[in-house]
Amino acid sequence: MQTDVMDREFVHSGHVGCPGCGATIAMRFVLKALGEKTMMVLPACCWSIIAGSYPQSALKIPVIHAAFETGGATATGVRAALDMLGDTETTVLTWAGDGGTFDIGFQALSGAVERNENFIYACYDNEAYMNTGIQRSSSTPYGAWTTTTTGRDWKKLRKKNIVEVLVAHRIPYAATASIAYPEDLLRKAQKAKNMKGSRFLHIYASCPTGWRIPSEMSVKIARMAVQTNIFPLYEVEDGLRYTINYKPREYLVREYFRLQGRFKHLTDQDLDQIQQMVNEDWELLLRKAGERA
Amino acid sequence: MKRVLEGSHAVAEAVRLAKVQVISAYPITPQTHIVEILSEYCTKGLMNARFLRVESEHSCMAALIGAQTAGVRTFTATSGQGLALMHELLHWASGARLPIVMAEVNRALAPGWNIWVDQTDSLAQRDTGWIQMYCEDGQEVLDSTLQAFYLAESVNLPVMVVLDAFYLSHTYEPVDVPGQEAVDRFLPPYVPKFQLDTAHPCGFGPLVAPGDYMEMRYHIAMAMDDALIRFGEIEDAFAAQFNRRYGPVEAIECEDAEIIFVTTGTLTSTCRLALQDLRAKGEKAGILKIKLLRPFPYERIREELKGAKKVAVIDRNFSFGAGGIFAQEVRAALCNTPDHPPVFGFIAGIGGRDVTPEMLTEIYRQTKNSDAPQKESVWMGLHEVKYAD
Repeated sequence: MQTDVMDREFVHSGHVGCPGCGATIAMRFVLKALGEKTMMVLPACCWSIIAGSYPQSALKIPVIHAAFETGGATATGVRAALDMLGDTETTVLTWAGDGGTFDIGFQALSGAVERNENFIYACYDNEAYMNTGIQRSSSTPYGAWTTTTTGRDWKKLRKKNIVEVLVAHRIPYAATASIAYPEDLLRKAQKAKNMKGSRFLHIYASCPTGWRIPSEMSVKIARMAVQTNIFPLYEVEDGLRYTINYKPREYLVREYFRLQGRFKHLTDQDLDQIQQMVNEDWELLLRKAGERA
Repeated sequence: MKRVLEGSHAVAEAVRLAKVQVISAYPITPQTHIVEILSEYCTKGLMNARFLRVESEHSCMAALIGAQTAGVRTFTATSGQGLALMHELLHWASGARLPIVMAEVNRALAPGWNIWVDQTDSLAQRDTGWIQMYCEDGQEVLDSTLQAFYLAESVNLPVMVVLDAFYLSHTYEPVDVPGQEAVDRFLPPYVPKFQLDTAHPCGFGPLVAPGDYMEMRYHIAMAMDDALIRFGEIEDAFAAQFNRRYGPVEAIECEDAEIIFVTTGTLTSTCRLALQDLRAKGEKAGILKIKLLRPFPYERIREELKGAKKVAVIDRNFSFGAGGIFAQEVRAALCNTPDHPPVFGFIAGIGGRDVTPEMLTEIYRQTKNSDAPQKESVWMGLHEVKYAD
């Protein structure tokens, strides 16, 4: 890691993120790693607002705000133009939320990475449409309340495993990262920067507003997601070589769920079922990483 | 040099000569010949351009928005359903003031599946802030495409060059393909007025509150007005180099005409033939061919139609619940001028059906024999249709 990384800053103070916003922390670290020779494609997401309204910008790099479903495609065009202009040094970064990645932007993302477009796609995942007011997405986890999964209609479907979908495209690099593990996040962003082709970062970014947690719990909750194996930290090269970056003590998921208002309706029985699902996913990951027969 | 080319290939030749740097395309009939040949030109090194083989028309336009914002000249082509899928991003391209050029081959919309000509696809994009030029033949397609880059980049608005499916896209005609040096003397290299630049970081297209948004829209309105003036200047420069000119409208034998046809696209050529016959029989007929839909040349249209006793607008398109779209535009242009002629609306050739000189003569006859239009639109050549709700 470059020694000056922690000193440089590409997010101005005065952005309009909510207190404790994980997406803002994620942006700050990723831009520290990528540096000033970065151009950002920003499809509709919380960061469309956090970046500030005209004529101000909270970011110290050029940004093209893009239509919701175009993160992969707009970046394709920016990269092509830079190549034609002879600029191979600048990194093109798409920065999208889970709605823009898992749902509406999924086709453009799949198309771009199938073509192995030379860019980094970072998804900051707060597990629902938070910018429009907490509606469920295909990233919303099993068990969650949102404003479109209320009362007894809480989400009873699994979260889409976006990293495995990207891995299936055999892209050069796909990794998970978390705002609670900044060294790991910085290393992965820098590693991605130094590679070519399509690179995907899935960054866990807690949302106090939408998850119904106190703002000071933002980083703690993100850390617990890793420690419970709900959100394991791992990376995959060329769609084949898995590396698990962090072996947690395997805290019980119950402790993570009980701290968040969005899960308060879940019974002990529900939590037991969720624990089984998490265990099953973890075993599957261990097998892919060659750590289980 | 004169070559025998398809309308599609006339577009492709112009794009090559314009030295476009990024092309993005998704296959859809009947525009495929345009991008097939461009793909081949890129592969063979006849063009120094990046050809993006994207996974949808929506991504196609998004990629061009990214590329043009990063500072290069861009092009795509589409038709019918593909244009409809792009709709959201057509607004984006004009709102972001990006001089993207697109060839749009008019194709009927499904269902039922129909790949033949119908203008409803491009006319449904009338309010997206794109300049639209409707072309009559292969030469006009090539010339308009070259002019489109100049015009787009002069006013920072996107341009759609529109041509009829098959009757123009797949029809071979002699076309004068200019040399590169002549084109370079006409069309300056692309110099972006703004672009993504890490040395001068800016945010493009952020949140804009009501306090600023309206002025931004008014800027686009002013640019569109300016486009009509610039179009004239660009035509002058083009005529000086190539000795050809089309005008935002073309008036054919309108000076003493009592009944004037208003036409667009290839239908104009058929109408020229019908006009010869009518004139030979002593009928005082004329044609007003409309090339520019946006910006709409109101003044010229009022001027050319003011002496006519009647106007017959032929629309190869339809707005359900209203009528032919060019007829509506012409009526709107005339309504505030005193003693303007009545406007008769005719619908013909929908979904690729042939429009013959005989049909146009019949339109003339019906217009001549009626004092005033009885309906908003008269559908020509219909089989018997029974309405059952």
